[in-house]
Amino acid sequence: MTTTTEGPYAVEAHELVKTYPKGVRALTGLSLRVQPGEIFGLLGPNGAGKTTAVKILTTLAHPDSGTATVAGQDALRHPGRVRRLIGTVSQRSSADPVATGRDNLVLQGRLYGLRGAELRQRVTELLDRFDLTDAAGRRTRSYSGGMQRRLEVALGLVHRPQVLFLDEPTTGLDPEARAAMWDEIARLAGEEGLTILLTTHYLEEADRLADRLAIVDKGRVVAAGTPDQLKGELHGDAVHIELRTTLDETAAGTARSALGRLPGVREVTLDGLRLSARADDGAAVVPGALAELTAAGVSVATVTAARPSLDDVYLRYAGRRFAEADADSDSTTQTPTGGAR
Amino acid sequence: MTALAVDTWWLTGRRLKALVTQPIFVIVMLIQPVIWLFLFGSLFRRVVELPGFGTASYLDYLVPGVVVMNALAVNMWAGIGTLEEIERGTLNRFLTMPVSRSAIMNANVVEQLVGTTFQSAVIVLLGGLAGATYPGGPAGVVLLMLAAVLLGTVFGALSNTIGMLVRQRESIIGINTFLLLPLTFLSTVFMARELMPGWMQGIAAFNPLDWAVQAGRSALSADPDWGLVASRTGWLLALAVLSVVLSTRTFRAYQKAV
Ligand SMILES: Nc1ncnc2c1ncn2[C@@H]1O[C@H](COP(=O)(O)OP(=O)(O)OP(=O)(O)O)[C@@H](O)[C@H]1O
Ligand SMILES: [Mg+2]
Repeated sequence: MTTTTEGPYAVEAHELVKTYPKGVRALTGLSLRVQPGEIFGLLGPNGAGKTTAVKILTTLAHPDSGTATVAGQDALRHPGRVRRLIGTVSQRSSADPVATGRDNLVLQGRLYGLRGAELRQRVTELLDRFDLTDAAGRRTRSYSGGMQRRLEVALGLVHRPQVLFLDEPTTGLDPEARAAMWDEIARLAGEEGLTILLTTHYLEEADRLADRLAIVDKGRVVAAGTPDQLKGELHGDAVHIELRTTLDETAAGTARSALGRLPGVREVTLDGLRLSARADDGAAVVPGALAELTAAGVSVATVTAARPSLDDVYLRYAGRRFAEADADSDSTTQTPTGGAR
Repeated sequence: MTALAVDTWWLTGRRLKALVTQPIFVIVMLIQPVIWLFLFGSLFRRVVELPGFGTASYLDYLVPGVVVMNALAVNMWAGIGTLEEIERGTLNRFLTMPVSRSAIMNANVVEQLVGTTFQSAVIVLLGGLAGATYPGGPAGVVLLMLAAVLLGTVFGALSNTIGMLVRQRESIIGINTFLLLPLTFLSTVFMARELMPGWMQGIAAFNPLDWAVQAGRSALSADPDWGLVASRTGWLLALAVLSVVLSTRTFRAYQKAV
């Protein structure tokens, strides 16, 4: 992990603000720093501003204010320089549907100035690497979702960029294709030393892939760090105890203090039938908790102890559960044209 | 400048390749003008017996009209293609690449130019096979094609502008359906000017489709009115330049508001 090396950063955004027409504030002061060679995840629910941030960093959109540096170049003042150094994979399949996979790659290479044998070799290499050789001569219209996604990544890599931007690289893929894409992304950063900034609204994806990540909510970063750091900041595992019967006030007090007496247990809360707490070592607390509660006359249905998840992290920083935020914005901020591109 | 030319070359190549690899598409596009040619050619065969057509064969009169009408009918759909490229994200992908912005627009225009020229040639050929004669010779045919290409540029660029602005297929379909027939029938595509009611003649004078027909038809005739050919072609050229400037402006605005 590359957490200690200090800049020059591969990507650095400072206080980006972006307002769309009709006053939609997509970014409200987003800052992030990506180290060279790492996979950096931008995690957030629908409408959080991930695509908007990527659009600015890839020179497509201009922020109202803020600064953006990519691969050492000022993305706002010298977009032309940045464009040669980055690869972009958008949220959807942007390949020409009536051209073949190979033709799409060849055109992409030509537009980056590749010619002749070098171009042919690079295209063959990418087709092979993304398992598209057999389908290379087919129109991309007939490609499966997974194949289209792979072609899209290949398109972004033709010119061997320094920084690759992946906007929701696995959205809409089946679990198998998703796992394959994860392997490929990990390999790109590992073997080729590519810096990757990816956006996702899958907690699991961010957890598995990202060396470091930033949680985005309502247009700004609410927390950043390695997945372990972020979870570690929650201080301990989550212990959840499901009760058989609701407790009256005195019984509730007894139960809470019974649990709180155990070593290393904090933040005991009771919500209906659910008694929750944090513990330094969740698993070690379980037997003691059961014994204490039984002794206090509280009957217990289930006990679970779990390491904190990114969902817990999200809850802590954004003040709501991730799934809720995702569902919320699904129903309220989706524009008819799909808004985000 | 060289980057512009090189990028234009590759981007145009992409579009033309799409046409060449889908010959069905090109053939289907030609069915319509062929039907006009033979349907209207037979239906109105005897109208040339009336004064004002300046030719003994209605087919001779009709071919330039169909060439020009085809240029309009095909190019007015260009905006749908642009819209699809925007929706798919293809346009945005190009915009994140070191590609000349003007080349992206040029590719539209050059594709239109090549496509319209090819289709016009086919219509002229088919007309010839059906018995039309072109006293104006090769020079006349070239001038007719030029008029068709310019008209195609005007409506292709306007259609692209609408596509970028409204981002709705329905709007383009609506506008085109609304425009095609009035533009055609308020012109001398099918009917001689002298046979049109006065108010129609008045409107036709401002109809770019009519400018193109007049220029092409006169150039193809035995005794071209070069003043007419030059002025109508000049007006079309001016309008084409205006339309391209408008669409380029709109494209710039699009880039600012991606
Ligand atoms: N072109 C646009 N015009 C107007 N509003 C927009 C546009 N693009 C995005 N928005 C709005 O800006 C906000 C942020 O959108 P953005 O696409 O950046 O979110 P996102 O995090 O990528 O979401 P998703 O997970 O759905 O892709 C949303 O409220 C969205 O509706
Ligand atoms: Mg998005």
